[in-house]
Amino acid sequence: MKFDLIINKKNYTVDVEDGTPLLWVLRDELELVGTKFGCGIGECGACTVHIDGKAERSCQQMVELVEGKEITTIEGLSENGDHPVQKAWETLDVPQCGYCQSGQMMTASAFLRKNPTPSPEEIRMAMHGNICRCASYNRIEKAVALAAEKLK
Amino acid sequence: MSNTFNRRNFLKLSLLASGGMLIGVGCSEEADMPTSTDDLDFHSFNAYIEMAKNGIVKIYSPNPEIGQGVKTSMPMIVAEELDVSWKKVHVVQAPLSNDFNRQVAGGSQSIRQNFPALRMAGATVKMMFLTAVAKKWDVGVDTLKVAQGIISSQDGKKINYEEVIEEAIKIPVPENAPLKNVEDFTLIGKAINNVDIKPIITGKPLFGVDYKEKGMKYAAVARPPFGASLQSVDDTEAKAVKGVEQVIQFNNKVAVVANSTWAAFKGKSKLKIEWGNLQDDENTTLFDQKMAQLLHNGKLEEKIKSGDISKAKAEADQIIEQTYEAPFLPHNTMEPMNFFADVTDKKIRLVGPTQVPRSSANVVAQLLERNVEDVTVEMTRMGGGFGRRLSTDYAEDAAMVSHLAKAPIKLMYTREDDMSIGQYRPKVKYKITATLKNGQLTGYQLKEAIVNNNGMNKGIAKFFPFGAVDHYLAESANVPADVTTLWWRAPITNFLGFATESFMDELALKLQKDPIELRMELLENAKGKKTPYSPERMQQTIQLVKEKSNWGNAPKGIYQGFACYYSHNSYVAEVCDLEMIDGKPIAKRFYASVDCGIVINTSGAKNQIEGAILDGMGHAMYGNLELKDGIAQSQNFDKYKLIRMMDTPVIETYFVNSNQAPTGLGEPGMPPAGAAYANAYVKATGKRMLKQPFFS
Ligand code: FES
Ligand code: FES
Repeated sequence: MKFDLIINKKNYTVDVEDGTPLLWVLRDELELVGTKFGCGIGECGACTVHIDGKAERSCQQMVELVEGKEITTIEGLSENGDHPVQKAWETLDVPQCGYCQSGQMMTASAFLRKNPTPSPEEIRMAMHGNICRCASYNRIEKAVALAAEKLK
Repeated sequence: MSNTFNRRNFLKLSLLASGGMLIGVGCSEEADMPTSTDDLDFHSFNAYIEMAKNGIVKIYSPNPEIGQGVKTSMPMIVAEELDVSWKKVHVVQAPLSNDFNRQVAGGSQSIRQNFPALRMAGATVKMMFLTAVAKKWDVGVDTLKVAQGIISSQDGKKINYEEVIEEAIKIPVPENAPLKNVEDFTLIGKAINNVDIKPIITGKPLFGVDYKEKGMKYAAVARPPFGASLQSVDDTEAKAVKGVEQVIQFNNKVAVVANSTWAAFKGKSKLKIEWGNLQDDENTTLFDQKMAQLLHNGKLEEKIKSGDISKAKAEADQIIEQTYEAPFLPHNTMEPMNFFADVTDKKIRLVGPTQVPRSSANVVAQLLERNVEDVTVEMTRMGGGFGRRLSTDYAEDAAMVSHLAKAPIKLMYTREDDMSIGQYRPKVKYKITATLKNGQLTGYQLKEAIVNNNGMNKGIAKFFPFGAVDHYLAESANVPADVTTLWWRAPITNFLGFATESFMDELALKLQKDPIELRMELLENAKGKKTPYSPERMQQTIQLVKEKSNWGNAPKGIYQGFACYYSHNSYVAEVCDLEMIDGKPIAKRFYASVDCGIVINTSGAKNQIEGAILDGMGHAMYGNLELKDGIAQSQNFDKYKLIRMMDTPVIETYFVNSNQAPTGLGEPGMPPAGAAYANAYVKATGKRMLKQPFFS
């Protein structure tokens, strides 16, 4: 079946079965592989994208339900990789293996848009849903705070 | 990539097992011109270094990158000795090649074992440039100076490396290029960003799962519970899934080949498989019983003995005994197992995440009865390793499916596959007995019961407190199992470190000594003895964390726990600050001191310690994989708890200033972490943690 999607401000038409998770449409059909597969059940956050500005798990979003919505992936977070969140991640050299980080940044950027002046506790709560198996949590936490500074 | 690689044999560098250098001068194969255009600009000096006319230096990083940072730190070492500006360095992951020594990510040995070869690779090429310029200016080589790729003469002339590439490349490869003095390092010891930071933060294809080729199919494989066998499979529904192209049975497994990952996963979930021969003794409770029995009165194999522990027991005025238990653990790399294989009559191409490219090539060649020369392996960046990718099982499956399906395929694991068909951290128990006389530790007996013969080797059996007590005995017993087990970050020591260091804490309490003082005294006894660890370096490391953590003077309401451990040739001491918040003990801060010799990249190094501590503490708190009839009882993150942000303390890391050769870093931070936490926990609550996970 054909579906019309708006991803990173571009229009795409994809031909996939209904019920296909957005995650696999992005990765296998559109070669937007920055969005990662970690668990497939909404538990790890590796697949986080923005849908109409909200952080969502793309492994839990069936393609037919996101038609016409504004989808943003890590590839579209900024033109040149210079979103304040990306800058902060770079400044603090956050990643270890790096695999979880696009999901972390998508969660962080959606969160900061909603709450640009978060308390340390709010940052920890907001990021709690994203697993980092390498446990780069200290730097993620600092980077979200730094990004908030940059956004001011 | 691989087809252009041989020409870099111009100079072969490899490291002898002894750690000595062997520089073989390969004949120049420059006539074998590169095939792709972006290679045209680059002149190859040796397996590590290429340089372009515009001054860009390509440095090949030989070892697999699993998040431990070697793709940044190994090239830093080359660049240091080559003496070029890091800004001009472009790092490329090298494929599997005979040009390199030990292309393995394991045992925290990448830097330690390759340090001399990496330095020599850079120094040799620097010497070639110096020699070329000395000739050109008709001066002595030792009158020249070089910094950041610019050579200068005594009379003030300057020339850049890139201006003399043609001449330098013709210089005979020097045998013994001088290395820098450690004090003269300018790049080593700096905080350098991960070389892949840009592609990571912008979501570029980097990892095995991201790899794609035209015409490639996707495969998902159903595998039997441990010890079971394939009885029958009904694939009608699986084949009805749109996109599913083939269902293939092989070696007790069933592969679904499809045109997308989702179709392959969906197809696999529709297979109706009957497994026969389920093993009802592949059971956590049963393993528990067997281990307890072995530790109680079973026959154990002696690993290391000094003195006479029975004599110490007979003479003791107090004997302390304690048992520590750990479960199976899956590695749970964030990127599930996957591999690309293209098996044709001519060649076998493997691309993907592996910690062991060499053995991947070997086992696949063997499996398909092919020459290993026909196999090429390219390594992708890995979304974590932790030891899981030291196994070649998934690369073999990928190759077999490609062979049978007659198509290039990418094998993909679901998280459930990843967690349930693991190569687990072996389940293990330790029983430790100490004999005391007149307030002194006189004897120490360590008994181990572990599955699949994964127990400590003689080297580990000689870790602390071996050497510090007169009577010492380490023994091990094996519990055979069908469940597959493997190295898991800080193998053996990940739990032995916990057991030893928890026991030391208990001992200190019994002896009414400060836990740090007790270690210091015991280490004093070990001086001059033949031990794998240096008591002096451990003492120094402990001293550093003692100062930094304000040990003994923590503010009211902070409970401090201490642990230290030597592993992977490095020394780590940790203090955990725990606070009772709403009646709950919360780890607020960790202080870590580390002696890993020279620190190559301080940013990457700190990242490793931060990660290892949180990983160690997290798994000690929550990690648990139970088996029933050979079936993993947790298969995804809804039933398997990993540490998350709200549980994390702040980590402060301090490195011991050192000019000694660099040692391991990916693993040594982990073994003390659980114990430092537990030793703080007992202070705060009075409860001693003996069993992992601490919480369920
Ligand atoms: S892959 Fe979607 S939450 Fe884990
Ligand atoms: S950096 Fe490896 S999982 Fe987060």
